Amino acid sequence: MKTVEAPVGTRTAALGYLLHLADNALVLGQRNAEWCGNGPVLEEDIALANMSLDLIGQARLLYQHAAVVAGEGVTEDSLAYFRDATDFRNYTLLELPHSSDTSERDYAVTIVRNFLYSALMLLLWEGLQKSKDAQLAAIAGKSFKEVRYHFRHSRDWLVRLGDGTAESRARTQAALEHLMPYTQEYWAPSAIETVADTEGRAIDAAALKREWDDLVNDALQEAGLQRPAPGTGLPQGKNGQHSDHLAPLLAEMQSLARAHPNALW
Amino acid sequence: MVNTLQQVWDVLEAVPDPEIPVVSIRELGILRDVRHVEGGVEVIITPTYSGCPAMGQIEDDIRAALAQHQLSARITTQLAPAWTTDWMTAAAKTKLRSYGIVPPHTTTPGSDKVIRFAPRHQAAEAVACPQCGSVNTTETSHFGSTACKALYKCLDCLEPFDYFKPY
Repeated sequence: MKTVEAPVGTRTAALGYLLHLADNALVLGQRNAEWCGNGPVLEEDIALANMSLDLIGQARLLYQHAAVVAGEGVTEDSLAYFRDATDFRNYTLLELPHSSDTSERDYAVTIVRNFLYSALMLLLWEGLQKSKDAQLAAIAGKSFKEVRYHFRHSRDWLVRLGDGTAESRARTQAALEHLMPYTQEYWAPSAIETVADTEGRAIDAAALKREWDDLVNDALQEAGLQRPAPGTGLPQGKNGQHSDHLAPLLAEMQSLARAHPNALW
Repeated sequence: MVNTLQQVWDVLEAVPDPEIPVVSIRELGILRDVRHVEGGVEVIITPTYSGCPAMGQIEDDIRAALAQHQLSARITTQLAPAWTTDWMTAAAKTKLRSYGIVPPHTTTPGSDKVIRFAPRHQAAEAVACPQCGSVNTTETSHFGSTACKALYKCLDCLEPFDYFKPY
């Protein structure tokens, strides 16, 4: 894919918006799958693998649809496996590793990220069921049902960790301080989002902020956690400018498909 | 022509779900329709969860079952309306319970709203143990052996069991 240049046309916006949603789901699904076999307890290992399955399933539906919009021999596999980091349009938040100052794989980071993201997607998928893109609306209908369970899972754990031991509370608060600034990216519309929204395909995420704040504040209050300041930086993952963490994640995910192009199993 | 449609329905009635083989894809609500299209018959199926890994297997099973009866059809996957556990037949729910999986409660209108803010204020729905019938049960994990099931434990007979989540 070429870098998107202004002005953004209808087709570029339609495709770009689908890829943004698909890349979000794929990258978080892949990142969380790192817990498979490493979960803090067996039930959580299984829960995260199940949620990754949902996310990768959503990504597949979105890539399949994007491939139809793109035409010209594009397939769901070419979109997932044969684009490089700069072509990906996911939020930076979703590509960050699970690590913290305390631990290489910190469950508080995982839970806080899942919470901050699923709270947004709960609202976004709900609204996208009315998208003028009928196939996107259908995918939103399924994804909305799934994200309700993802939100419930992460919210329950957020409260449990925040309201738990001094250690779990400190780690969860630290994860919030670390990740909250990345949510700023939700609210600054990209050129693609603006056009897709104007055409009735997308939802203006900024309009969801108040409701998102309510969801977040309600849970933080119950968990006894402090909401950190939003931070000043504006991550640009959805515009293709990523942290150093995305490329290694993609390299691992894409290596098999690239070593054996067109392989079937 | 009408006979062909009925034949296809009859054959597909017997195709079991690959994950829970005591119920058929028809009873689960995965098989949505069988209809005439230009050049033959079209079978409409819908996925349960977006990432359900059984969909490919279900398509293969449909083809194989039809081929056994010298029938063939085009298989189309349709996403909308989104699958819901409310489509499960009463017979399927009975079979699930005797198989050891508690069938889903009916989804309640507006429940999507409730789950956002106050899951903690919701009265816990009684999930009766499929082994001993006790409602003295507790949720071990929202996610069980598959995404569509939650893991429960009976506090009376102490048996763990799956609950098919309302979706």
